[in-house]
Amino acid sequence: MINDLWILATASLVAAACSMVGVFLILRRQALLGDAISHSVLLGIVLAYLLSGSRDLFVMLFGAVAIGLVTAWLSDTLHRFGRIQADASIGIIFTLFFALGVILVSLFAGQIDLDQECVLYGEIAFVPFDTIYLGGMENGVEIGPRAFWTILVVFAIVLISILLAFQRLQTVSFHPSLAASLGINILFWHYFLMTLVSMTTVASFDAVGAILVVALLVIPASSAYLLAKSLKGMLWIAFAYSQVAVVVGYAVSYQLDSSISASIAVAAGILLALTIAIQLLNKRYRQKQPAKQFAPEQASSNA
Amino acid sequence: MSPTQTIFPSHPPLSVKQLSMRYHHKPVLTDVSFSIPEGKTIAIVGPNGAGKSSLLKGIMGLESIIEGEVKFFGEDLNRKRLATAYVPQREEIDWDFPINVMDVVLMGRHGHLSLWKRPSRIDRDIAEQALKDLNMWEFRDRQISQLSGGQQQRVFLARALAQQANLYLMDEPFAGVDVATEKAIIELFSQLKQRGKTIVCVHHDLNTVGEYFDWIVFINARLVAAGPVEEVLTPENLAKTYGGRLSLLNDLTEQLYRSKVNKIHDEGA
Amino acid sequence: MEAWNLTHSVSMWDNLAAFWRFEDINALWVLSGSILLGMSASVIGAFAFLRKRSLIGDALAHAALPGVMMAFLLFQSRDPVVIFFGALLSSFVGFFIIDWLPKNTKIKPDAALAITLSFFFALGLMLLSYIQGAELENKSGLDKILFGQAAAMTESDIHLLAYVSLFILITVALFFQKFRLIAFNRIYAQSLGISVKSYELLLALLIVMSVVVGLQLVGVVLMAAVLLTPIAATRYWSNQLTPMLLLASTIGALSALISTQVSYLAPAMPTGPWMVVSLSLLFMISLFFGTNKGLLKRWLETRALRKRVAEENILRTFYKLSERQQERESFSMADVQGMRNMQASQLHATLDQMLRKGLILSQSGGYRLSESGMQQASQLTRRHRLWENYLMQQAELSPDMVHQQAERMEHILTADEETKLQAELNSSHADPHGQPIPQGKGERHD
Repeated sequence: MINDLWILATASLVAAACSMVGVFLILRRQALLGDAISHSVLLGIVLAYLLSGSRDLFVMLFGAVAIGLVTAWLSDTLHRFGRIQADASIGIIFTLFFALGVILVSLFAGQIDLDQECVLYGEIAFVPFDTIYLGGMENGVEIGPRAFWTILVVFAIVLISILLAFQRLQTVSFHPSLAASLGINILFWHYFLMTLVSMTTVASFDAVGAILVVALLVIPASSAYLLAKSLKGMLWIAFAYSQVAVVVGYAVSYQLDSSISASIAVAAGILLALTIAIQLLNKRYRQKQPAKQFAPEQASSNA
Repeated sequence: MSPTQTIFPSHPPLSVKQLSMRYHHKPVLTDVSFSIPEGKTIAIVGPNGAGKSSLLKGIMGLESIIEGEVKFFGEDLNRKRLATAYVPQREEIDWDFPINVMDVVLMGRHGHLSLWKRPSRIDRDIAEQALKDLNMWEFRDRQISQLSGGQQQRVFLARALAQQANLYLMDEPFAGVDVATEKAIIELFSQLKQRGKTIVCVHHDLNTVGEYFDWIVFINARLVAAGPVEEVLTPENLAKTYGGRLSLLNDLTEQLYRSKVNKIHDEGA
Repeated sequence: MEAWNLTHSVSMWDNLAAFWRFEDINALWVLSGSILLGMSASVIGAFAFLRKRSLIGDALAHAALPGVMMAFLLFQSRDPVVIFFGALLSSFVGFFIIDWLPKNTKIKPDAALAITLSFFFALGLMLLSYIQGAELENKSGLDKILFGQAAAMTESDIHLLAYVSLFILITVALFFQKFRLIAFNRIYAQSLGISVKSYELLLALLIVMSVVVGLQLVGVVLMAAVLLTPIAATRYWSNQLTPMLLLASTIGALSALISTQVSYLAPAMPTGPWMVVSLSLLFMISLFFGTNKGLLKRWLETRALRKRVAEENILRTFYKLSERQQERESFSMADVQGMRNMQASQLHATLDQMLRKGLILSQSGGYRLSESGMQQASQLTRRHRLWENYLMQQAELSPDMVHQQAERMEHILTADEETKLQAELNSSHADPHGQPIPQGKGERHD
């Protein structure tokens, strides 16, 4: 029972952090860069581990952020100096990094407690068994799963960043060229967001793996994008969607004995599909009714 | 004595010296130089693809320029950010973005805010006044996708107004707006002018340019003419502006960019 | 751990040797199948790349996963044809969702791609984990399609792979003209009355097919690279579609060859990542050494240009020096530097080079132009001043502004353009600064 709670708490924090960062990816049309970074992060984790020999939280965060920023930077550089379309250069870079990551994992499978499976699904079911101790392994106090504390730290970083820099992030996302004309350094904010994405994916890695994290980044945020009327609202709605997905997904996985993380991602997708379906039905219903309110304005805004 | 001589202050609000821009190897603008007087409305006029919007973006540092110098009140842009407001084209942004009218206008106050600061009461008052000036106050809580084209344009103008700048650079503010908005913009122009502000607009309607503006900058990949309406709005200038580019000049400039001689010369010099 | 040990054992070389003796007829099939796949995927990927939909393959490969699992669950069989059609179906569903979402909702195309990719993948993994927990036969090996494993492929897998790849290659060859036209200019193709929609559907079908048959070799996760990287690499070698396609298919085939070898050397190793790594290697080689737009080529060109410009600048300086001080025979390096900003080391090197070419002669501690040097210098000066005049006449710039422009233009003008300039000019006797324009070759003999 206590293990279930740890799993749920971890999953809920992962989903929350991902959905909030994802909001900015969706608004800035960088969903694919998010996809790329979440793949590359595997290489960062493996390299950080192989080079330092420790699974220390900060080593992992550092490795992931470094490789995440390198991915974003290399994609951009290849696009500009190699003269290749932006999405193609993203694709070339992240597939290489991910392939290198997988090869290293299978070469050193015995040394890293990572395997190909875990790269894909994460191992949220095993999260409760990898605990950390406050004050040393021998005589410290057990304070709970490592993955939980990792994502808690990262969630706090994400939350504080968004709270503090809300106005800047809003302007930079809404209108980069306006932001630039106001003297805001948009390059800095770009890499700042990429840092948040890298940290979130690495902290989610243990729980959900490298690819399912993409689902949590883009799907709840997309649902929120359909509904929200303000950025604050979008963040809240994305958060709510992600939490519902966790609960539903967890229940489904319990029923089917399927992977928890995959089920959560599927639940998020189904929630999005439902949202779209309801919106479309609503629209059709309203079209059948004679237009009453501000229908003409809507028509002109589409023009 | 020429009238321009007396109007020019020691530092014009905007002066452009030998500005050149390109898109890949195609020359977009070459060697454009002009400076504008204070307290006037200035139109940048030229055919499609003449580089009007690029000129504005190059001036604001939003697109890179190959060479040239732009001064705002005699200084670099970074020292005069607060005195300068830019109104981009409406098509540039995602109107589905979840944000309401008030928040868009408040963005204009950003230059005055430090990183963590939220807009204060004063900022809100300024934004409110800007919205009222453009008759948009009742729409303050609307999500921006629920506005008509003209209303969207007015929100952008209100945002620029909230910046309380001295120089306004606008990219086609009259494009695709309704008559009411067009009137509102003209009214805004005359108010701003009374307060001694300077307005530079990319404009494409030759029928109204003489009526709405005091000054014209004719552009067609190069500067054709710049000056007060009564002096430069002549059939010769119109013919030069709309008569097509000089093919040899254009081709050779493109060849120059392609050859990279430009780059090497700048290193060597 | 297993893989690591295997690559260190002696038997691995025996494996390889056995492979190349084709004792096992299966090995021959694997080799030819994977080469065919590499070729067909890179060719079909080229059209996705040209239509600026590079990452569509990534999404479609991920979208195939639930189809594979569903087909297995429904038919309880791992028959390659059943699996193939299951995957084909779900990839196609994915394809339509990617297309449908941006058209019918506010969701933008990039998000639609990421949503579809991650949702289908999650669904596939959920089904896979369900299958692995359930009491079903034959279920082992299903997870191999995630990263691909050439060594684990059965004979019938490979036959299907080979036939489908051949089918794709032949179809592309048959419809090449139409595909090229659509990739180049969709609207124009439509105006010609070509049914663009149906060709696009065919193209989509071919992409989906190549992705689906590639799964067992390359895997869901990395299939994107096989479609994308080869054609991107060929950009550095050629501008023409046909050579690009040929080269792309060679790159695809080569990487397939390398990765199957690795897979036979170390059977526990996944094939997909090795294929991607070898593709990336070939890409990097192209990026650096490509003869069309490779970095090395560009760097060499810039260097040669820099040398030529320096040389021509000094020629012009000598010309101007002798124009101003006609009584002097030769000029020192200080004189040159007085008129032209140039680092001493570069000046030295350039002067040496000009001496070797016989453009200048060394004379009493200084230099002077030779006959041929004089000829070139006056030609450059002529072009410089003609351009200044032309700019003055056409663009109404001030004299000091036109000088700067002419400083660059003089290096690229050709004899032909010089004649055109001359023809458009009213006067070609003096430049805007009052300096005489040297006469061209033709006029000199008048």
